[in-house]
Order: sequence, then structure tokens, then C-alpha cells
Amino acid sequence: MSVETTPASATALEPSLPEGGRGDLVRRLVMTLGPILAALVIAGCILLAVGVNPLTYYGFVIERGLLSPLGVQQTLTRMAPLLFLAAGLIVAFRAGMWNLGGDGQFLLGAVSAAAAGPFLVQFLPVWLALVCAFLLATAVAMLWSLLPALLRAYQGVNEIITTLMMTFLGTSLANVLVKLAFLDPSTTVPQTRTLPVEDRLPRLFDTTISSGLVLGLVAIVAVHLMMTRTAFGLKLQVVGANPRAAVHSGLGVPTLTIAVFAISAGLAGLAGAVDILGVQGNVRADWNPAYAMAVIPMVFLARMNGFAAIGFVFLLSVLSIGGESAARRLGVPHHFTLVLVSIVLIMLAVAEYIDHHFIKTRRV
Amino acid sequence: MTGLFSEVFLAALLFGAVTAAVPLLLAGLGEQMSEKAGVLNIGIEGMMIFGAYLGFVGAYYSGSLWLGFLVGALGGMAVAAVMALLCVRLGLNQIVIGIALTLGLEGLTALLHHFQFSRSYPRLPAADKTPIPLLADIPVLGPALFQHHLVVYFAVALVFVMICIYRRTQLGLNLQAAGDKPAALDVAGIDVIRTRTIAVLTTGALAGLGGAYLANVGAGIFIPFITNGAGFLGIVLAMLARGRPLWVLFGALLFGVCLSLTTAMQVAGINMPTDVIQMLPFLAVMIMLVLFGRKASLPAALGLPYERGAR
Amino acid sequence: MTNASSSQAGGKPEIVTLERVTKRFPGIVANNAVDLSIRAGEVHVLLGENGAGKSTLIGMLSGLQQPSEGRILVDGVPTPITSPRQALALGIGTVFQHMMLVPTLTVAENLLLGGPWWQRPKSEELATRVAEISRTLGITVNLHAKVSDLSLGEQQQVEILRALLRNSRLLILDESTSMLTPKGIDDLGALMRRLVEQGLAIVFITHKLKEAAAFGDRISVLKLGRKVGEISPQRLRARSENEIIVEIVELMFGRKENDPEEQDRVARAFPVETTPLLEVRDLAVPATATAPGLASISFDIRPGELLGIAGIDGNGQKQLAEALAGQLATSGGMVRLAGESLNGLGVGERREKGLRYLTDDRLGEGTVGTFPVSINFFLKQIGTSPFWRKGVEQRQEIDRRAGELVREYDVRTPSIKTPIGRLSGGNIQKILIARELAEGVKAVVFNKPTYGLDLANTLATRQRVREVAARGMAVLLISTDLEELLSMCDRIAVMSGGALVGTVENSGDARTKVGRLMIGLAA
Repeated sequence: MSVETTPASATALEPSLPEGGRGDLVRRLVMTLGPILAALVIAGCILLAVGVNPLTYYGFVIERGLLSPLGVQQTLTRMAPLLFLAAGLIVAFRAGMWNLGGDGQFLLGAVSAAAAGPFLVQFLPVWLALVCAFLLATAVAMLWSLLPALLRAYQGVNEIITTLMMTFLGTSLANVLVKLAFLDPSTTVPQTRTLPVEDRLPRLFDTTISSGLVLGLVAIVAVHLMMTRTAFGLKLQVVGANPRAAVHSGLGVPTLTIAVFAISAGLAGLAGAVDILGVQGNVRADWNPAYAMAVIPMVFLARMNGFAAIGFVFLLSVLSIGGESAARRLGVPHHFTLVLVSIVLIMLAVAEYIDHHFIKTRRV
Repeated sequence: MTGLFSEVFLAALLFGAVTAAVPLLLAGLGEQMSEKAGVLNIGIEGMMIFGAYLGFVGAYYSGSLWLGFLVGALGGMAVAAVMALLCVRLGLNQIVIGIALTLGLEGLTALLHHFQFSRSYPRLPAADKTPIPLLADIPVLGPALFQHHLVVYFAVALVFVMICIYRRTQLGLNLQAAGDKPAALDVAGIDVIRTRTIAVLTTGALAGLGGAYLANVGAGIFIPFITNGAGFLGIVLAMLARGRPLWVLFGALLFGVCLSLTTAMQVAGINMPTDVIQMLPFLAVMIMLVLFGRKASLPAALGLPYERGAR
Repeated sequence: MTNASSSQAGGKPEIVTLERVTKRFPGIVANNAVDLSIRAGEVHVLLGENGAGKSTLIGMLSGLQQPSEGRILVDGVPTPITSPRQALALGIGTVFQHMMLVPTLTVAENLLLGGPWWQRPKSEELATRVAEISRTLGITVNLHAKVSDLSLGEQQQVEILRALLRNSRLLILDESTSMLTPKGIDDLGALMRRLVEQGLAIVFITHKLKEAAAFGDRISVLKLGRKVGEISPQRLRARSENEIIVEIVELMFGRKENDPEEQDRVARAFPVETTPLLEVRDLAVPATATAPGLASISFDIRPGELLGIAGIDGNGQKQLAEALAGQLATSGGMVRLAGESLNGLGVGERREKGLRYLTDDRLGEGTVGTFPVSINFFLKQIGTSPFWRKGVEQRQEIDRRAGELVREYDVRTPSIKTPIGRLSGGNIQKILIARELAEGVKAVVFNKPTYGLDLANTLATRQRVREVAARGMAVLLISTDLEELLSMCDRIAVMSGGALVGTVENSGDARTKVGRLMIGLAA
């Protein structure tokens, strides 16, 4: 066809543009809240089907995850690693790289921090030991992403597959490290040595909230600003939106690719470290919270916008803390959170499709 | 360490390898068809776990393993139908929907399992084995390879069915065209959407069957997250094998041996984390990717929705 | 295949008739009330520039698109053509401009595509039928060759063969000569003649006047979506080729007196001793599976000079442009700009030095469609001051400058924040030109700058190119439109098979000389 038309883009959930008018904001709000409500209804039907009153469940989750003082503190603490992961995914997805290896990078970062932390506090000031542990976790996770990055940059090997492989490998390797290299000899439970509570990241004021939350917020805001306000971020976005335009514009795509993987994995490693150094204190064998997989839908929902991601990560935290509580009290397993999140995601994609085609017909 | 390489041990090891390989083989063959047709089916893990759950439920309540397999395959297909509707017909992002389906169904089956079986944890009776006459009497190999449930033989036969489809049928040509140049297929008068839908539904059925086998024969029980990445392994197998079903079989067996080794070593009381062995197949695959990555060409239109008349 | 009723002029049966067919796309009317009758035993040429609406018309005949208004009659019966399958069933076979063969399959497998899915492909039957058809047409086809190993001309024969295998009564050839060698074009013309003698109807789409006059029995001229004229077979026979061409030119571009570009070219003299601004010596690029290479390309462009590159599309023009811009690795040779060697420099550094490249693939690589107009202006300057300081975006500076450029280059856009993909081709082109002409420009490579633009934008773009040369830059203008080159360039080099086969001064008899070079004769 030699007719000049707008290129048909049927892909839902494209990254949000830096610009956007006020009417756009309202539409976007409707487009976000609508699917969430629809998903709540559908998920409610599932609850009804298994004999649980959805209103009771939702009420309980909000009560325990959001309204109760203890619950909200847990929620905010849980946000820290999730925010780091979201930040890492935003960088990767905006640059068009599907880093699905977040969980492996997270676990290796966690194990590195768990190995370094308790060891280093013995002869370094606590703050320095923590900084070193963070750096080590970042470096290890970055290293773990190097192979997929090189394969993608220079051989054109699909990164979905390589990062998934590396996440399986990383999960196993993390276990091997816990069981063989860093096993705590003083307990029978297979786990690493535990970082004493007083040496962990400080708590915020008089609460139980870990200061990791602040670090996470800083990380995601920094990433957002980097992606939207700097030349480097714009280059990554060009690579993501149109790789051929990136080549045409003289951007060094292979180098940028490696940088993207390094940043993304580094942030995932930091997520692991912040969870260990702030909350867990050690890594137990076979521990894998699979946070990265759960955060991926949040990043999609936020359309890869950092500020929106904070909101969705908060929502995920409420749902998981509330859901874990509900598992104990109402007997609804916390896996329900996964169901809810994925229905939201599907609803959103469908809503966006409808919106896209509605606009298309309106323009004709 | 005595008896580590005794005949019985070896036979058990190989038997376990085949049992572990079958779900991977089915998933891999299914994914291969989707990929050939240009659909990156990340949702296969979800199809598998749903197949595993429904397969178990079907077999448990009806008492018939075969009915279980049927229901499992249909369950996988149902998930595939959602995937086909959203990604193939509406053209939504295949990765987003695939991940959503996987997470959602992992959660849903865990939820349903909790309300149905979490108190009783019922098990199915051991599946009937169908020894192949004569071959089953070969020492070591006989009990290892030729005394399995019928589904195992079906899965292996499927490899050759697939080869046949790809090489000798009109459908095989259509699938390849749908992945490599969908517009060419369209102007040849074949509906690209329908061709891709057929591929995705087949993937769902095979993944569902694989899941059902995993639960009903492999484990005899359904537990949440039982597939544990088997679907993703199927994707890996399909990508590495590219269009060749036989390679999926070899790959699945390689993974199967590694998975079986982990159990075998535990039985043998060897004090080494099973994780080390679990890493082996992935390591092997990564090395292969490093060596042959450049040649791992994927269908040109993989992951792209087809819209008629769009450039 | 039915035999055409013995051919009394005008009395041939109409196979397909278009009645006031209109097709609208968002923001554009691609076809506007087009009437067309396609008869058995006739080569019906559809002639028009890029963007005249030829491809859309084909899309509707082959079932890829549906008309917004009007109707299509097949054998006199109104018949909506809703899918490619239905078009095939109606006996309408199309050979598309962009090859519609699966590169990873063999010729035989491609020809077999489309059968019922449960069947075994009928290879033996195919072989006999192909042998039969090839014999009557005098073409040879290797059924077992992989399509990706065939030349474009061979692929086209396969596509024609496919249409015939499906018992097509109407064969549509969309821009089929654009990829062919002069010999290939002649062969195709002869083939079409044999086919219509067998009673087929052929619709032959082209934007080349010569081919229209040489091959057509009936010529319809499209312009900006409208049919502006038709020349009947009687009239075609009654007049000489040159008379026909004059008539077509009037239909396509209006009367000569009204030609907006009609101005006598002032022959400019460039003293031989002037130091060239852009020097290219023995530039070579290895050929790949899908693209021709370049072999010892050498030329000079002096300041203010406009060198044209003529040639049939796909003869290495894009490779030349990309090699100069640094996008394509070279295997030898030298490029020098203002005396300074550019060898070994990347895309960004070459641009920095003043060598600019206006791509012909505006949407594919020239722009990021989802990004706002403002950012697209500076896509090749990301990170440079004053738009970025210490790597931080200076939004105000970018917006201010983008606003200036929008006015200066007369870009029609709702706002500088509008995603560039929503603009028309002409406006996108203005933005790309503005981008390439940014500070520090010394030499510009324009690759098919008017391709796909409407007349007004074509004229504006040409004016822009002339101005660049007038400012003392070196200009390399790559175009497949000979008229464009003749109206603008100082010298014209002809490219064929990845090499420059000759260069002529653009004076009096340049048209003939370039034409001779293009068809493989010495100038």
C-alpha cells in the first residue's frame, strides 16, 4: 500500500508517553479503574463459587493490609523489594527488552547480601558493611544478566528465553550456595548466617517499617526521571520503540542493550539485598517468593510509568499482606492475589483494545 | 555407593527420566506448533497447570485415568482458546497475556485445590502400565523404556505425527507460512487467524495433556504449582529445536534424565544438593545457545499479530 | 481459461467492472469514485504516481480491502470481494509489488499453499501442470529451489505461475517491473502478450510511461485517487508511442504550460579545479542474501552541486546511501568530506562532521511513530547541547526550537506534542528534512525524497533540495524518477547491479543518455 496512514498498532499496553493532556488523564483514570472494578467483580464470582463472601474477603484484605496499623506497616515494608524490581523492569521494558529473569537475579542478590552482610559486620562499621553488601548484590546480579545481554546484543538471541533459563539456573544456584557455601553451621535449618536485627537497615521512626522503603522509592523515582528526563533514558526509549530508528540515529544499540540488562538486573539484585538486609536477615534454602513475576503485571498496569508503578506496587503489597492474613483467618489461600492481579491485567488489555478501536472508528 | 549403577538402579533412573520427559515433550511439541505459526505462547505454563488440575479432578471423580486425560487436554485447550481470542484474534500483546494467564491459573488452581483437597490430599492409584511385548523383556531397557502408561507411547508417536504434519501436509505448509510470511498465506486464500488459532488450540490440548500426565501418572496427586516451570521448559525446547520435532524429543529426554537423576541421587543417599543436577540441563542449553545462538533463527513474524492490509 | 471472443475492438467481454469505487482511510481519500472496466484479452495499464491510489485499488480487487462506497461487478453481477480466498475463487490472481512468497519454503511448496489443510500436498499433479503452463509460456521454473535463493525476477515468475495454476481469468501485476532488469521487463512484456492472447485479462500497474505505452492495450491514468483519463485501444493503435506519452503526461501532470516546475534549468558550470566537497573512491560493500553489494563506487560532488543517482530500484541505491551514512559496514574504499576522511567513523560521527542522510524509510527507521513531533526533530542529536545539558533534557529549549522548525518548514501538525506517526507523509518528510539540515550540514544524501508524497509536498521537497545545493552544500539525490533527476541535477550517474555504470552531464540529450545507460547500453 502506498497510502499514507497511521501505522496500525494493535499492541496493547504500550509505554505511556511523556506528554499527555488533561482529558487524556481522565481517560487514563477511567481506563485504569474500570478494568480493576471489572476484575474485582469477576474475582468475586470465583470467591462465591468456592463459598466465600467476596465482600467479607475484600473487606478483610483492606482492613488487614491497609487500615490496621500493623498491617499497613507490613505493607509498606513489603513494598521495598517490589519497588526495586519494578524500577528494574521499567528500564528493561521501556527499552524493549523482556527481562523475565528477575527472580533469579533477585535470589542471587539476596544470597550475596546474606553471605556478605553477617560476615562484614564483624569487622566493618555497620553502615559500611551494609553498603558493601548492597554493592556486592548489585554486581552479582549484573554479572548474572551479562550472558543474556551479550547474546541479545551481538547474536540476536531472544532474551525472553535466555533470561527465563538464567532464572531457573539462578534459583538453583542460589540454593546450592545456601546449602554448600554459606550454610550456617549453628542451626539445623538449612539457611545462611543471620544478620543480627540491630545491624539491619534501620526502621523508620517508631514504626516497624524498614527504611528499605525509602531506598525503593528513591530508586523508582530516579529510574523514572532517568527514563523521562535524560538523554540516556530517551536513547533507551528509542531502542525500545523502534530499534531500526536507533541504528539510523547512530545510537550504539549493543552497548545500550548491555547497559539496560545491567541496570535492570542490578536493581533486581538490590531488591534481593534490601529484603535480606532489611527484613529477612538470612536466606533459607528453597526460599523463592517469586516477587519479580508478580511485579511484572504491576509494571504493565502502570504502563511503565514510575509514579504509577508506586501506586500499583502499593496495591500489590496491600493485596499480598492482606491476602496472607486472609489465608490464616478466612482460609482463602493467598494465591487468590495472583488470580486477582492477572484478571486485572487481562481486563486492562481488553479495555485498551476497545479504547483503541473506539478511537480508530471515531477518527475515520 | 554400592549399587549405584546396578541394573535396578539404572532401570529406575531411565524409567524416571522417561516419566519426567513426557510432560516436557508434550509441552515442547505443542509450543513448537505455536511458534511455527508465529505465536509466542508464554501462556503454556498456565495451560499445563490447568490441564494438570482438571486432569486430576477428572480422574479422581470419574475413577478413569483416560477421562482425566481427556478433561485435562480440554482444560488446556480452554485456556488456549482465551489466548487465541485475545492474542491471535484481537492482536493483544502475547507476552502480557501469556504471563497473565500463567500467573492467574497458577493462582486459581492453587485456590481450588485448597478448597477441595487441602485436608485430604487424595492420591490416585498407580497408573496401569502397558508393557510392549518382547521389548519389555530386554534387561534394563525393557523395564525402563517399554513398560509405561499408554500416554507415553502416544507422546513419542506424536513426534512422528508432527514430523509428518510438517513435512507432508498442507497444514504443515500453512503453519510455516503463518509464521514466516503471514501475508503470503493470506493472499493464497488461507485464513491466517484460523491457522494460528488451530496451532494455539493444539498447543493447549498437548500442554493440558502433559499437565494431566504430570499429575495423574508422574505424581499421582495434584499439588499447587506442580508444573514448576515445565511449560517454560517446553518453550525452551521448542525454541532450540526450531522446526524439528525429533529435537524436542531428545531435548526432553535430556531434561528428563537430569530431573530423574535428582530423585535417584536422593534415593541413593548421595549428599549433594539436587539443585546442582537440576542446573545441568539449563547449563547445557545455555552453552548450546552461546555456541549456536546466531543460527537460532525464529519465525520472522513470531510474536507479531497479523492484521490484513497493515504494513 | 476461456478463450476470448474474437476480438473486435471494444467488444471484448468485461470480466470485472468498478463503478464509482471510493476508499477512505483516516485522513485520506485513497480512491475517489473510480470507474474501471477490465476486459478479457486486454492488458489494461493503470498508470499513476506513487500515492495515486493504484495499490489501494488492487487491494480492493484482491479482497484485502473493501470499498467505502461504490461497487465491484464480476461478469456483470455486483459481487463484494471480502477476502483473498474469494478473489481467488472469482478468478482474480494478484502478483503483489512486495513478493508474497514464503522465503523458507520451496517453489513447489509455495505453489501448493492454499489447499485444504487436511490434505497431502499434490506434488505430482502440480509438477505436471507447471510443466504444461511453463511450456506454453516459455518460462522455466525449478520447483525444488528454495524461494529465498531465487532472484526477484524468478520469484515474480513463480507468482505469475501461481496465479495461472489457480485458473485466474484476471491477472493483476502490481508495479512488477520496479525490481526487474531491462531484459526482465521485456520478457515480462512478452509474457503478458502471450497471456492475453490466451484470453486472460491483465491489469498492469506502473508509474513508468514507457512501459504503459509499450505494453498496454488500454491505459487508465490515476491521479491523487481519481481516474483522470482513459486511452482506448483504438486510440492507442492510432498514435505513435511518443504521441501517447505526451498525452499521458498531460493527463498526469496537467498541460505543459501549467507545469508548476516548468522553468528552464540554468546550466551551472563547475570549474574542474573546484575542490570537491564530498569524494567517494572505490567504495565497496559485500552482497548479502537479500541485498546487492556495492562495487568500486567513485564520484565527486563539488560545493553547490547536485549529483543524481538514477537506476531501477534495488540496484544498490539504498546500500550506497547507508554506506555513506555509516549504517552499513564497507569492505573497502574511502569517503572524504571537505578533505577529511570519514573512514571508520560511525553514524553519529559522520553526522557530526556534516554528512547527512535523509532516509527513504520514513516510518520504518526515520521516526519513532509514538514519540512527539518535538522529540523526533532531535532524534539524531540526543544528548547534545543546548537541548540536553549534562545529559538532562532541556524541555523548554527543545519545545522552543521545535516550534521554530515547525514554522520554518511549514509542518502541519496539531501540536509539537502530537505523536509523529499521526501526521501525513508530507509533514513527516518536512520534519526529517529539518532534522538533516540542522547546524553543521555540509553534504546531504537524499534517498527518494519525494517517494509517496502528493504533488504539493513533492514540489515543496524538491524546492528544499534545490535550496540546499544553492547554499553551497554537496547534494546526492537518489531517485527512481528520471523526470525528477532531469529537472534538478547537475549531473546524473546511473546505478546498476551495485555499480555506477556511467555519469552524464544534465544537458540537452541527458534523457536519452541516461535512458540508454539504464537499459544497459553505453551512453
